[in-house]
Amino acid sequence: MAIAETQVYLPQAPRPRLRLLEDERWLAFVLLVPTLVLLGMFIAYPFVRGILLSVSSARVGVPGDFVGLANFYKIFNDGIFRTSAYNTFVYTGVTTVFKLALGLWLAMLLNRNFRGKAFTRAFILLPFIIPTVLSTFAWKWMFDPTFSVLNWLLYHLGLITSRINWLGDPDLAMISIIIVNIWRGVPFFAISLLAGLQTISPELNEAAAIDGAKPWQRFWHVTWPLLLPVTMVVVLFSVIQTFADFQIVYVMTGGGPANATHLFATYAYQIGIGTGILSEGAAIALAMFPILFLVVIIQLLYIRRVEVR
Amino acid sequence: MGQVVLKGINKFYESVHAVKDVNLQIRDKEFVVFVGPSGCGKTTTLRMIAGLEAISSGDISIDGNVINALAPMDRDIAMVFQNYALYPHMSVYDNMAFGLKMRKFEKPEIDKRVREAADILGIGELLKRKPRQLSGGQRQRVALGRAIVRHPRVFLFDEPLSNLDAKLRVQMRVELKKLHLRLGTTAIYVTHDQVEAMTLGDRVVVMKDGVVQQVGEPLELYNQPANKFVAGFIGSPAMNFATVTVTEANGSLIAENSGLRIKLPDETAQRLRGHVGREVTLGVRPEDLTVADTADLDHPCFDAVIEVVEQLGSEILLDMKVGEGVMVASIEPTARVKVRDKLRVAMRPSRLHVFDAKTEAAI
Repeated sequence: MAIAETQVYLPQAPRPRLRLLEDERWLAFVLLVPTLVLLGMFIAYPFVRGILLSVSSARVGVPGDFVGLANFYKIFNDGIFRTSAYNTFVYTGVTTVFKLALGLWLAMLLNRNFRGKAFTRAFILLPFIIPTVLSTFAWKWMFDPTFSVLNWLLYHLGLITSRINWLGDPDLAMISIIIVNIWRGVPFFAISLLAGLQTISPELNEAAAIDGAKPWQRFWHVTWPLLLPVTMVVVLFSVIQTFADFQIVYVMTGGGPANATHLFATYAYQIGIGTGILSEGAAIALAMFPILFLVVIIQLLYIRRVEVR
Repeated sequence: MGQVVLKGINKFYESVHAVKDVNLQIRDKEFVVFVGPSGCGKTTTLRMIAGLEAISSGDISIDGNVINALAPMDRDIAMVFQNYALYPHMSVYDNMAFGLKMRKFEKPEIDKRVREAADILGIGELLKRKPRQLSGGQRQRVALGRAIVRHPRVFLFDEPLSNLDAKLRVQMRVELKKLHLRLGTTAIYVTHDQVEAMTLGDRVVVMKDGVVQQVGEPLELYNQPANKFVAGFIGSPAMNFATVTVTEANGSLIAENSGLRIKLPDETAQRLRGHVGREVTLGVRPEDLTVADTADLDHPCFDAVIEVVEQLGSEILLDMKVGEGVMVASIEPTARVKVRDKLRVAMRPSRLHVFDAKTEAAI
């Protein structure tokens, strides 16, 4: 009893809950929870839900039954789906090549010293900063069959004699959306590659110049190999974004004329939301997944190889 | 051959006049060192010789041919950079071979030269490695190797040792000197380290604020500095300075300030005849100061109080208060001195330097 009555003055111990956070494993868990919740709610859950939808016969207002791979069987026999798939590859391939080439060119220019460099760099970012829907609407007007400023310009330059129906012709419509995507995507490439270029010591280029390398050789033997890891990451991001692009096509053509410019995303939207066949829409959207997954794996492996070198 | 001549070289960066009217003749096989504090224009001058920086006015010629308009690669020079500038994605071998490949040398010739250079530098084992697998000293050797394989007319070095630790720097310094003796190629070397300049250079060019202060052999700079800047920059610990007024008394000249009053030796007095009544700066090196004993009685002497004693083993550095000012003396390691001792300090009369107080030029 005597012992229990003895008062012992110790430095005040932290409350148990705080002490738990001293343990790095618990702290890490607590710090990760918000991200886990967000990723779970907005990525994992919709993804799983999408898979479940794609193997059902759900429509708007109809829960539907399990139908196995019937939806996939149906869409692979759908001509518009095949066109969409083809379009998506063309759209992604062509725009990525142009965005990389133009972005690299811009980055090299911006990497030089000139008056108003900071201003130009900020200016270059404009297409990237403006909300896509807004700028795409502006482009839509520029490609408008009646009011096209492009037609006006070409006409007054004497290059054309009659109106070009940019968005009315299947091929021209495809070219138009490709142009808009390139316009919007180049700044991202330019700024990212510029950041990459700035990590390359200028001394390396000087050393190469003294070593007898001409400008093109300096680019090919020194700059390009050193920029490759950054380039691969930028291309990876861009391919993923472009492959799943929606806004530009939706605003410009809505997939038309006659479904000629549908991409995976817009066609999935049209079937799933527009027509209300949720299950088929989900199947179309999911068809992108294996392809994107493959692209990501290949590029990540490549990036690792480049970095290890 | 590798004779480099700079004639009236100027460099402007917009309104900044970075290099001012540099004239210099560098002989074939000579090792010339540019030295000065940062921002003195030494690196800019080197880069103009390399062709990495445009010349605002003047002419640079190698072996009689003006090279102002030639691209770096057409100047037949090789340069070693401060940060080595090795291509990180290439092996040591490819780094060294790159210049020869660009110049379309035959494979066997490239191989011969790379292995030869690797032998000289002792990096034969490292040829397959990447730069990041090398230590600082090894990288420096590779950078040297890349310069050597080209057999250029002139080597340019831009502070090549400044990223190495002190011990390695001393070792590489000796190797550079040996390498130069062996290859006999003209070398132009930039450093801010006066010890490097003194030990490596056949001749040293001291620069400050874009102006060449003095060109001469190391000992010439040390013993006959052209002005106060050179006197203070060359030598470690630095020369002591004291501003004094010259007065005349009984036919001899006296230099004095608040804490100092010394009779100037004849030889110095001769030079200062015209400066009676004016201020001059007196300069004396730490090793030219001694603790006075009876033998030094006819030497100029002054009183001092020891503030700090630095035992270096081979010598003792004394930080002393002299009047209002401070002086450093380097004395025998056997001397028994301690802080707050009062001393009588003697100057070696023949080693007294005098500078104009205004222009700072040697008198």
